[in-house]
Amino acid sequence: MGIFEAILLTVITAATPLVLAAIGELVTERSGVLNLGVEGMMVMGAACAFIATQQTGSPYIGILAGIASGALFSLLFGFLTLTLVANQVATGLALTILGLGVSGMIGESYVGQSGIKLPQIVFPILSDIPFLGPLLFRQDLIFYLSIALVAGVHWFLFRSRAGLKLRSVGDSHSSAHALGINVIRTRYLAVMFGGACAGLAGAQLSLVYTPQWAENMSAGRGWIALALVVFASWRPWRIVAGGYLFGAVSISQLYAQAFGIGIPSQFLSALPYLATIVVLILISHNRRMTLINTPAALGKAFVPDR
Amino acid sequence: MRIELEKRPDVSKLFSLLSPFIALGLTLVFGGIMFMLLGKDPLSALYSFFIEPLTETWSLHELAIKAAPLILIAVGLSVCYRSNNWNIGAEGQFIMGAIAGSILPVVFYEWQSPLVLPLMMLLGMMGGALFAAIPAFLKAHLNTNEILTSLMLVYVAQLFLDWLVRGPWRNPGGMNFPETRTFDATAILPEMIASGRAHWGFGFAILAAILIWFMMRYTLKGFEITVLGQSERAGRFAGFSSRKMIWFSMLLSGALAGLAGIAEVSGAIQQLRPVISPGYGFTAIIVAFLGRLNPLGIVVAGLVLALTYLGGEAVQVSLQISDKPIRVFQGLLLFFVLSCDTLIHYKIRMMWFDLTDTTADGVR
Repeated sequence: MGIFEAILLTVITAATPLVLAAIGELVTERSGVLNLGVEGMMVMGAACAFIATQQTGSPYIGILAGIASGALFSLLFGFLTLTLVANQVATGLALTILGLGVSGMIGESYVGQSGIKLPQIVFPILSDIPFLGPLLFRQDLIFYLSIALVAGVHWFLFRSRAGLKLRSVGDSHSSAHALGINVIRTRYLAVMFGGACAGLAGAQLSLVYTPQWAENMSAGRGWIALALVVFASWRPWRIVAGGYLFGAVSISQLYAQAFGIGIPSQFLSALPYLATIVVLILISHNRRMTLINTPAALGKAFVPDR
Repeated sequence: MRIELEKRPDVSKLFSLLSPFIALGLTLVFGGIMFMLLGKDPLSALYSFFIEPLTETWSLHELAIKAAPLILIAVGLSVCYRSNNWNIGAEGQFIMGAIAGSILPVVFYEWQSPLVLPLMMLLGMMGGALFAAIPAFLKAHLNTNEILTSLMLVYVAQLFLDWLVRGPWRNPGGMNFPETRTFDATAILPEMIASGRAHWGFGFAILAAILIWFMMRYTLKGFEITVLGQSERAGRFAGFSSRKMIWFSMLLSGALAGLAGIAEVSGAIQQLRPVISPGYGFTAIIVAFLGRLNPLGIVVAGLVLALTYLGGEAVQVSLQISDKPIRVFQGLLLFFVLSCDTLIHYKIRMMWFDLTDTTADGVR
């Protein structure tokens, strides 16, 4: 395997959690709900996935635990913002703070344990394709899931009736309500999907990216995923492009350090965050473009009239 | 079962007052359950978490030290949030304020004069404000989401501080520890009263709370903040500019966070280290909401959250558990505060049995 392939492999590993968390949040936002708690759900997923794996010895049970914990945790957000119409921005922050706290507490006795890495699933024949084979067909389950999820979400949003309903809820909840669509239930499901994806992204961190548990191990990736959704202007496939771009940026610092480029490591570590800001600027300075793409009811509370 | 909300004709005065207390009560109950799950006696745990720190003079001073940055930052954030500007990067502004204010005692350490301290405070405010100016400019002129940009800058500030204290600002006589030289006596914020450690940061916090309270209540600016926050359109008709408001609120909250940063470093730590804040900038968000975005309420809320830091340290010693429950407490508290706020605007009806006709969309 050449150096180029090795680099691409690490980029894919770094990009997968971003893609996963972002595709979930995309669906949530398409239904008109802004859940800023991605970071909290992600870190919960990472902790629960790691703990379940250590307890059972099976990383696949770990994956399930990650997904379930993310979805359950997002229900808290759903209850507050959808049933009790609390402020979505503040509740999302609360979810992040709580997630960092709870995961730190339950994961404390697991710090420093070496985990079990999720095994690769090798596709016969396909994996022998030069260059592409090892990159795309000698990966772990979560990578395959990430690609399948993006394709599935694209199909769901733009090719299915339920997806059309979900988008209508996100663009005008009163009209959707008048048409007989259950706005609150749709949003609950969308929030839970977002939570499940963020939990899966967390599981990738503690089972694939670095198979261990460390406090705050999501390190801002949940926030970067939120920025990715804006970058992708709420379109599924652009999440992949953006995610891999960010993955490349965050990996480039490691290589820059390895090759001894004389820049202090802190500046290189700041690159993904700075890149996020730059990308946000580029994408949002065109006010009209942003308005066209943003779900019109994003962040607005809905109280059904009786 | 289903829960239905019915809008109150008026904001409930009773619940605006009660909701923070209900939230606190619920947090205590859940905190007790949490301690029980950890295998500790909940009552004695809660006692050493919330009461014991209040029983001694020195710990009251510690309370004031921890409350000072929380109140200073949260007062600024309340102006931001009331005007619908979501600055969540106060942690970064806190750090940059601390760095900017430390230029004098670290780089120009030979200059010793009574002017040093006031200049440090001023530089700290400028540092925080300048750092907040980045998301302000991006939002006001390039339409960039301030939530994400201000948060990303927190990581940048943390890394910048890390680089400074390990690199150019490292104490030359400090055995290679990642810290700056300790501040000269002229650069240390003095104690407020002789009985203990609490420094003037707490005085700044109270002063800021009173000033902002006065501004919000009695001045046109305060009215402008409220109007633009509730309806940007209405504000435009009144001739208020939301662009100017972005600048005003972000710079103000940045300056206060910066002041909190330099006051903490100069008063409590007395040098720069890789980590100078146990998440004050994020905890202050909870303080702002627990205080119902009212500066005077924020003073009380700041003391409460400062107590969770102290209590967390106390139970570490007395119960041999980690400091992790602090964050859980704080997160729970914000959750309960936000859910109790619903009571102010809505009546909540629990429908245990569905007697009304379920229309097409059935159970919610």
